[in-house]
Amino acid sequence: MKISYYPGCTLKNNAKNFEDSALCSLKRLEVEAEELERWNCCGTVFSLATDDLIHHLAPIRNLIRVKEANTNKVMTLCAMCFNTLKRANERVRSDPESLDKINEFMYREEVKYEGDVQVLHLLELLRDEIKFENIAKKVVKPLKKLKIASYYGCLLVRPKEIGLDDVENPTVLENLMTALGAEAIDFPYKTECCASYQTVDKPENVADRTYQILTSAQAQGAELVSLSCPLCAFNLDYRQKETVQKYPEFKNMPILYFTQLMALALGCPEKDLRLDLHYIDPKPILREKGLL
Amino acid sequence: MRINISRKKIKDPFVTKVEELSGQNLLACYQCGKCSAGCPAVSEMDILPNQIIRYAQLGLKDELMRSKSIWICASCFTCNARCPKGINIAEVIEAIRQILLRKREDHLKVEKLSDAQKADVPPIAIISSMRKFTS
Ligand code: SF4
Ligand code: SF4
Ligand code: SF4
Ligand code: SF4
Repeated sequence: MKISYYPGCTLKNNAKNFEDSALCSLKRLEVEAEELERWNCCGTVFSLATDDLIHHLAPIRNLIRVKEANTNKVMTLCAMCFNTLKRANERVRSDPESLDKINEFMYREEVKYEGDVQVLHLLELLRDEIKFENIAKKVVKPLKKLKIASYYGCLLVRPKEIGLDDVENPTVLENLMTALGAEAIDFPYKTECCASYQTVDKPENVADRTYQILTSAQAQGAELVSLSCPLCAFNLDYRQKETVQKYPEFKNMPILYFTQLMALALGCPEKDLRLDLHYIDPKPILREKGLL
Repeated sequence: MRINISRKKIKDPFVTKVEELSGQNLLACYQCGKCSAGCPAVSEMDILPNQIIRYAQLGLKDELMRSKSIWICASCFTCNARCPKGINIAEVIEAIRQILLRKREDHLKVEKLSDAQKADVPPIAIISSMRKFTS
């Protein structure tokens, strides 16, 4: 299977661990991910104001790149890219007049966008096309006895119209972790917002959320948290520094991308996991379970 | 806090502007409070999400534009997902932010961030906060 792939900027620097582990896993699953040519930043957030068309140009231009790659399907990894690309796509599909305006504005593009690209998250590809039972068959190192809480945050599941699973109680990540042999832990804060970009000017607010979210996962017995967004990952991992300063009794816990856990179970080499890119070192718990 | 309500305020163009930019019908709200009950940020807010809608209905422009809440909301869409009247509260808050930002009243002063602050966070954080908090 071949699929066009849109990485987004953060996967090319801070979240190299997300990209490398995803690409290695896909290889093991016999999927060829072809990175789009000349992709640009999607803008990270979908513009909510009704008259704000200009900010939809960036995501729509990426969808033109998909057409130029002679396909009409694109896969994303970052939850924010997924949300922005998919919402912009739905926006122009439901409003041909704004699509015309956007196309006119991009008159130098050789391809006109017609609303015909499908935006997929890797999790959807794994669940709906490859299927978890087939992934389970390729597991060489089951994540036995590893207690993993899955964190969705906001943008994989909201708004409902574009979310990839149930808006209040998604289970796709837990089901994947179970297929990898892990013990999936459910917890009530799995779709609670981590305070997002507030991390730039209000890190103390993020520390409060990180405390609430992670202590809730720990109370259910989780040993680590898996997720799918580089911003959530930064907030829940690196902001544990501020969290401990504010809440001295807080116990640190490792945060991993779901793709790192999948890559581990599928037997990818350690260099593709990039376990060095974490604030809280995940190696001790993985060693303790005999996984490294 | 004393709040003055008047016909003049209710008819202020601000109310129409908020409705236009958000695409929402403010009067659909019946103040059930479900949006505020589920909002993860209420402990940091001075005006709660359901109050924001009420204030907007009443044209309490100054109170809304001065509020901390509009910069605390992170557009997480929990309120939107739960409103029984289908109101997109996050879009209403965005409209108020936009009214200020379009007057070049930036909330985030990028030039005032220290190098350490900027170096600490990933591009996804910087870009999204600039997209939400600057014009
Ligand atoms: S949202 Fe992400 S990863 Fe997506 S393109 Fe932009 S900052 Fe970059
Ligand atoms: S949880 Fe935080 S970073 Fe993650 S999607 Fe929500 S706002 Fe984004
Ligand atoms: S949930 Fe909807 S109807 Fe209820 S107070 Fe909030 S906006 Fe109004
Ligand atoms: S979108 Fe804003 S107001 Fe609504 S629940 Fe999230 S933080 Fe609260």
